[in-house]
Amino acid sequence: MGRYVARRLIQFMPVILGTLFLLHILSVLTIQIVGDPVRALFGENAPPASVIQQMRADYNLDDPCLKQTGNPCVGLFFDRLGQYGTGNFGINFRGREVTELFLERFPVTVRLTVIALVFETIVGIFIGVLAGLRKDKFADNFVRFSTVLLIAFPVFVFGTLAQLFVGLQIGLKLRESTWAPDWLGQMLNVVYSPDYPWLSLMLPGLVLGAFSLAAIARLTRTSLIENLRSDYVRTARAKGLSGPRIVGIHTLRNSLIPVVTYIGIDIGILLGGALVTEGIFNIPGVGQLVFLAIGANDTPVILGVVTILTIVFLVSNLLVDILYAALDPRIRYE
Amino acid sequence: MSDVMAGQSAGTQTEQPAAPSGDKNRSLWGDVAYQLVRSPMFWVSLTLVLVILSMAFVPSLWAETSPNASGACQLENARQKPSAAHPFGFTAAGCDMWSSVVYGTGKSVIVAILVTIGTVALGVSLGTFAGYFGGFGDTLISRVTDVFFGLPFILGALVFLAIFPERNVWTITAVLTLFGWTSLTRVMRGSVISTKQKDYVDAARALGAGDLFIIRKHVLANSIAPVIVLATIGLGTFIGVEATLTYLGVGYQRPTVSWGLLVAEGQNLALAGYWHLLVIPAAFIVITVLAFILLGDVLRDALDPRTR
Amino acid sequence: MSNTLTDTTKSNEAAPRTKKSPLSGLSFDSSAPLLEVENLQVEFHTRDGVAHAVNDVSFALGEGETLGILGESGCGKSVTAQAIMGILDTPPAKVTGGQVRYRGVDLLQLDEKTRRHIRANKIAMIFQDALSSLNPVFTVGWQLGELYRKHTGASRKEARAKAVELLEMVGIPAAKARVNDYPHQFSGGMRQRVMIAMALALQPDVIIADEPTTALDVTVQAQVMTLLSDLQREMQLGLILITHDMGVVADVADKICVMYAGHAVEQADVYEIYEQPAHPYTKALLESIPRIDQKGQELTVIKGLPPALVDPPPGCAFHPRCAFAQDRCKTDEPPLYKLPGNRRSACHYWEEVVKS
Repeated sequence: MGRYVARRLIQFMPVILGTLFLLHILSVLTIQIVGDPVRALFGENAPPASVIQQMRADYNLDDPCLKQTGNPCVGLFFDRLGQYGTGNFGINFRGREVTELFLERFPVTVRLTVIALVFETIVGIFIGVLAGLRKDKFADNFVRFSTVLLIAFPVFVFGTLAQLFVGLQIGLKLRESTWAPDWLGQMLNVVYSPDYPWLSLMLPGLVLGAFSLAAIARLTRTSLIENLRSDYVRTARAKGLSGPRIVGIHTLRNSLIPVVTYIGIDIGILLGGALVTEGIFNIPGVGQLVFLAIGANDTPVILGVVTILTIVFLVSNLLVDILYAALDPRIRYE
Repeated sequence: MSDVMAGQSAGTQTEQPAAPSGDKNRSLWGDVAYQLVRSPMFWVSLTLVLVILSMAFVPSLWAETSPNASGACQLENARQKPSAAHPFGFTAAGCDMWSSVVYGTGKSVIVAILVTIGTVALGVSLGTFAGYFGGFGDTLISRVTDVFFGLPFILGALVFLAIFPERNVWTITAVLTLFGWTSLTRVMRGSVISTKQKDYVDAARALGAGDLFIIRKHVLANSIAPVIVLATIGLGTFIGVEATLTYLGVGYQRPTVSWGLLVAEGQNLALAGYWHLLVIPAAFIVITVLAFILLGDVLRDALDPRTR
Repeated sequence: MSNTLTDTTKSNEAAPRTKKSPLSGLSFDSSAPLLEVENLQVEFHTRDGVAHAVNDVSFALGEGETLGILGESGCGKSVTAQAIMGILDTPPAKVTGGQVRYRGVDLLQLDEKTRRHIRANKIAMIFQDALSSLNPVFTVGWQLGELYRKHTGASRKEARAKAVELLEMVGIPAAKARVNDYPHQFSGGMRQRVMIAMALALQPDVIIADEPTTALDVTVQAQVMTLLSDLQREMQLGLILITHDMGVVADVADKICVMYAGHAVEQADVYEIYEQPAHPYTKALLESIPRIDQKGQELTVIKGLPPALVDPPPGCAFHPRCAFAQDRCKTDEPPLYKLPGNRRSACHYWEEVVKS
């Protein structure tokens, strides 16, 4: 196992460098084509050239390679890497450090994502197993139908509709009524409320995790059905083991392997979805930071935050890979 | 984002009795067609898809006046709720809601179609090349795929589109293709690798078949099924992605009539009581995506050799 | 090879932790044959119709005896084995007739819970592909120990110790270390030995081996078969060996049952079958074995294909491919005729087959 971890770490380095380089090239290329955002920031008013020059330096946009379209700006890349190493991910157009902004907003997003992850794995696996065990019966068909429906909803559609019908219509009635407990009403709130840091994230968390819940349910179902047909289940039956044991112990672990793999990809989906969800429910998290930055054309923030999130994504993928090896011994010796 | 195509074969528990030979000698595609025709879900989703495609390419069939036509949108009509005369009401800009969503179909669907074509072309060619010839080319393509996979889709698309001011069909398509080619490439590569190891490829080679012939006749034919399924489901997914990017403000811009923008406009007003502004474009998006995903699902079931 | 298992059995019976056997309600007749299958019928309900996978198959097995069931793929031999074990997928399979008597008790009449206890305890099975038949995510020791933990109430430590013993018994070197390995870390032959160990763990009376060596190299085949027959002799087991390989079965079997299209077409002692087959199918099978002195000649084949079990030909199932077929064969399904010397043949014209 130790050797596997070491190998993954070694494989990890070039990939993370490569992805960061990809991001770097993307931003560099667009700046080269479009012209630098600093100038664009001022719109009609043109401040003195020295001010622009200074800003360019501050935002690392004064490298001459940015004037030549097609230049990958490798030097600039390594400069940036150095800065990342010291925790410097840029400054926003109003002078605040991206890292600071990020850390301020990070806890809320973590809470949101945790709620989504817990919700989608527990419920997703549960209904997936249920559907797999009752193949072609009512429960199975219901699960198949409802998961397809859920997958068809882009996050922003699901979120806005949920906000309207659940948060406003149902939630408001609950909040205004005398009989419903306070926490129930707060769970179905329209926007985030710092007075209820966990409760008011319930509905957004549900929204964020809905798509992945459906995907995990389907994956678990398919995987379970396939494992139930496998030869080792036949052997287990020949060993005189009981049905529940065969399903619960023999097949479940095998069936969860693809689900763990999926969760690795899922973190990327959740990060993108958090952006949308925080925008809809007015949650002061990292996603909203990017959301607002798009509106304000604050390029350094967008670039800086995406870079941090990418690193987070890659690191969590690495952890998921290690978890996968813990579940499936065949992988450890590849 | 689609289900992981489980590639490993499940061992059968008993040798099932041999399939009947004789008059029911069906080819692969004959079998597929046989199963599809008998599936009600196939017809439902196919009809929906055709309706949507016709709305996308010939919107005038479905709505008389385009919301882009001059004078079509009157501010005095803004936000009017559904009534007998206009069963879908009016948008925030005073345009007929029905025409708006109908004419918005094309924007989203065409991007999705172009992106699908692009990702399939890239995916099939790169995946086949990497899987079949292996070696340095494969390593290079695989590493590049890994790197792209490291960047979450929406975030990567955002960075590009946020900086780039031109946001039209072509830039959106280009960005989505740029970030979307990796899934299909990986699947194709895996499929090609497993096909390559099959005995009949060795047999063909022993008979003197060249690489290109083997690729064309055996490898592609066997891998085409998952590609079809993923492309169909992918089309639905890309519609959703485009709508999301537009909603976030980095896709289509005003005054283009598109679903994402309708939802963005309608969202806050809906909370103030104007439901239809949100619900109707939302329904259109969901039904469209659903149609393609269902079709892909039905195709997957029909093409899966294990259910036959 | 010391049989440590018999030693530990005695201590097991004394251990107070042994579960009360759910089989205690059954009255096994120790004078009855060990295993008797009588007129077994199994059907499969498929999309294209009802397939008659096993038709009226009967045979008996005594202690220490080896019965070889011979036939091509799809002839119903595996289905028969799984019907005896009671592990057929029902639906689409359905046992529609016959009896499977273990020491006089018809297993088909028992409830599932009782049958479950009979599996592995009294009748055990070995499968063909050990790699797919063993659970990939659990160690071999865990999978072997599971039998003890679940059937005899042994603790984890005890179960593990037994697992090591089992591995030693089947000849796996460094058993103490290997017990913590996963199935994919063993070679094919070693894995098959693990399967054998798993079958023998609870000291059953009957072992059904479904093509145990088909997936192995020839040299490894020989080793595994030797192990199996040695253990059988030591423990006086009844062994049913299912195979399509006539060479393997000739070595090991005492008597043979040849199956075709779900029917038992010939049954006899092993020498009689090889010297003087009494059924055209058996005869054709023997003739199709390539021989060293046949160099340069075309190989003999049995023309045609096995019939579709949803729509078998009328009369004798083999008649379209039979060299001895007459008009009667097309309409009259031949019963299992009794031949002199405890032989049986399902052919109207068995006398001619024997003479030729």
